[in-house]
Amino acid sequence: MLTFMASDSEEDACNERTSLMSAESPVPRSCQEGRQGPEDGEDAAQRRSQGREEDQEEDPDRYVCSGVPGRLPGLEEELTLKYGAKHVIMLFVPVTLCMVVVVATIKSVRFYTEKNGQLIYTPFTEDTPSVGQRLLNSVLNTLIMLSVIVVMTIFLVVLYKYRCYKFIHGWLIMSSLMLLFLFTYIYLGEVLKTYNVAMDYPTLFLVVWNFGAVGMVCIHWKGPLVLQQAYLIMISALMALVFIKYLPEWSAWVILGAISVYDLMAVLCPKGPLRMLVETAQERNEPIFPALIYSSAMVWTVGMAKPDPSSQGALQLPYDPEMEDSCDSLGEPSYPEVLEPPLPGSPGEELEEEEERGVKLGLGDFIFYSVLVGKAAATGSGDWNTTLACFVAILIGLCLTLLLLAVFKKALPALPISIAFGLIFYFSTDNLVRPFMDTLASHQLHI
Amino acid sequence: MTAAVFFGCAFIAFGPALALYIVTIATDPLRIIFLIVGGNAPLTHWLRTVDPEHHFTSTKANEGLKTINPDEPAPSMRLLAYVSGLGFGIMSGVFSFVNTLSDALGPGTVGIHGDSPYFFLNSAFMTQVIILLHMFWGIIFFDGCEKKNWYPLLAVILTHLLVSALTFLNPQYEISLVSAYMIMVLTGIWAFFVAGGSRRSLKRYLLCQDKNFLLYSQRSR
Repeated sequence: MLTFMASDSEEDACNERTSLMSAESPVPRSCQEGRQGPEDGEDAAQRRSQGREEDQEEDPDRYVCSGVPGRLPGLEEELTLKYGAKHVIMLFVPVTLCMVVVVATIKSVRFYTEKNGQLIYTPFTEDTPSVGQRLLNSVLNTLIMLSVIVVMTIFLVVLYKYRCYKFIHGWLIMSSLMLLFLFTYIYLGEVLKTYNVAMDYPTLFLVVWNFGAVGMVCIHWKGPLVLQQAYLIMISALMALVFIKYLPEWSAWVILGAISVYDLMAVLCPKGPLRMLVETAQERNEPIFPALIYSSAMVWTVGMAKPDPSSQGALQLPYDPEMEDSCDSLGEPSYPEVLEPPLPGSPGEELEEEEERGVKLGLGDFIFYSVLVGKAAATGSGDWNTTLACFVAILIGLCLTLLLLAVFKKALPALPISIAFGLIFYFSTDNLVRPFMDTLASHQLHI
Repeated sequence: MTAAVFFGCAFIAFGPALALYIVTIATDPLRIIFLIVGGNAPLTHWLRTVDPEHHFTSTKANEGLKTINPDEPAPSMRLLAYVSGLGFGIMSGVFSFVNTLSDALGPGTVGIHGDSPYFFLNSAFMTQVIILLHMFWGIIFFDGCEKKNWYPLLAVILTHLLVSALTFLNPQYEISLVSAYMIMVLTGIWAFFVAGGSRRSLKRYLLCQDKNFLLYSQRSR
């Protein structure tokens, strides 16, 4: 029952996680978008129905800088690259935190490493007598899982194209509810069991209720940026833990590889669903499903001149959906596009130049990075070297992806490079380096 | 073993590296990136063995860095050497010690079968010295590559082999550990002079007369 329900919500949750998208050319973006992201969807919808009347009342702070689309390309490039290293670190920290939470849980709470059934998306068991059979089963599991993800993504894109915003928002809210309440309750229960701490039901109810309610408010409505970021990291970690628990070993690795390839295709191919989603959102100047993107934007409204109403038209651009990652279903977490915030205001406008821009990364990326590192920590011989090697590999992959983002300035998949490095490092460290280091350490030989 | 052993050994092994990280690297995002990339042991090891290519890529990287960070001066080669040496050292130290550390948390008695009871302490101190040595070796090696001096490179490789070979003498910790520390001190002094320090600058620093710290005053070469 749990599995069935979980899978349902997982799909929802998964379907909505997207990775970062790189902002395309000079669309100024509001740094507060992450914080006010959830509103944007509604606002966008309302805006479309009410025309542009609301523009005048829009909080000028929402717009970082309204740039005129036709900016000098050279200037844009410099400014984009300028913040490169800082943005990389702004993403390193949450990704590291998520992985630390997942690894700490895996190493201490036995529940998440026990085999207790499988998801309905991976029906083939891996308890087979022969290696060939096991391999075949894991490939079949991957095919099923991936096709579910593809179907969900296409469903989401269709919904978005036909403007069924209410359905999408309902779906998102349902999946966050499931994550914030049910999975948190299970997690808390298991942690308490591990440390043998007793907690009565009223206290438990109070804690879970407060955690979940504040989480819903922060993620879907308004809240302090740091709190929203913390909640997004926590739900990504919870989701990753569910995957680590319910995906059988070989299937997990094959799924990781297949998802990276799918991500690459879905984001870069002209007819890829994620790309279509992004382009549709761009055409409509709407943010794509906020609440499924981690935003590291900082507030920067100091010294911002109030944009005059006449330029409000240009100010609509900040809601460029590219900034928000396409929250595709968690099912396709692989919409890890790297988002690049829009460049600062054009020289003609009197908006402040130096605003802090944030970077956005889809939650699906968080989840699959953590699944890789968590699986490395869970399987094998409890070896820390493997876990650390995978961790460093993912960070390096993320760094390279952000570098590519700065070069190409368009939506990029964040999964392929990191997962490829992670897989290479995992298998080579586990099979080559680990026995070597074990022998060295036992004889206290240092190299 | 106890939590005291765990934390004690952890801080012995990684304390200096952590302090160096917090003071010099944590403030600058670019340096953090270099640290992580430099800690990618196979990559830098490979880079180090192929001298001309390494030099070439470093110069190109330098140019690339200037575009990424126009605000600040591009990190000098010495800074790069220091950061990547430290990254390399941290990575190698972590790899060699973290499994031992995690065993230190579990139950057991050290040396119950007649082995030395100082197993953990020795490993911790050895890890510390190795991390610092890697950092110094990084500085000397990069400098040797820059100036196309082969003797520093040879000396670095030979001392590396020497220190590793000395660990074969474990569990006679007195010989291996003490000589490793002596080599570390000597290498440290050498790296100090290679990085541009001098007795005068050291005196100025100790007497608090130095306005700029050595590292920050580096400009790209």
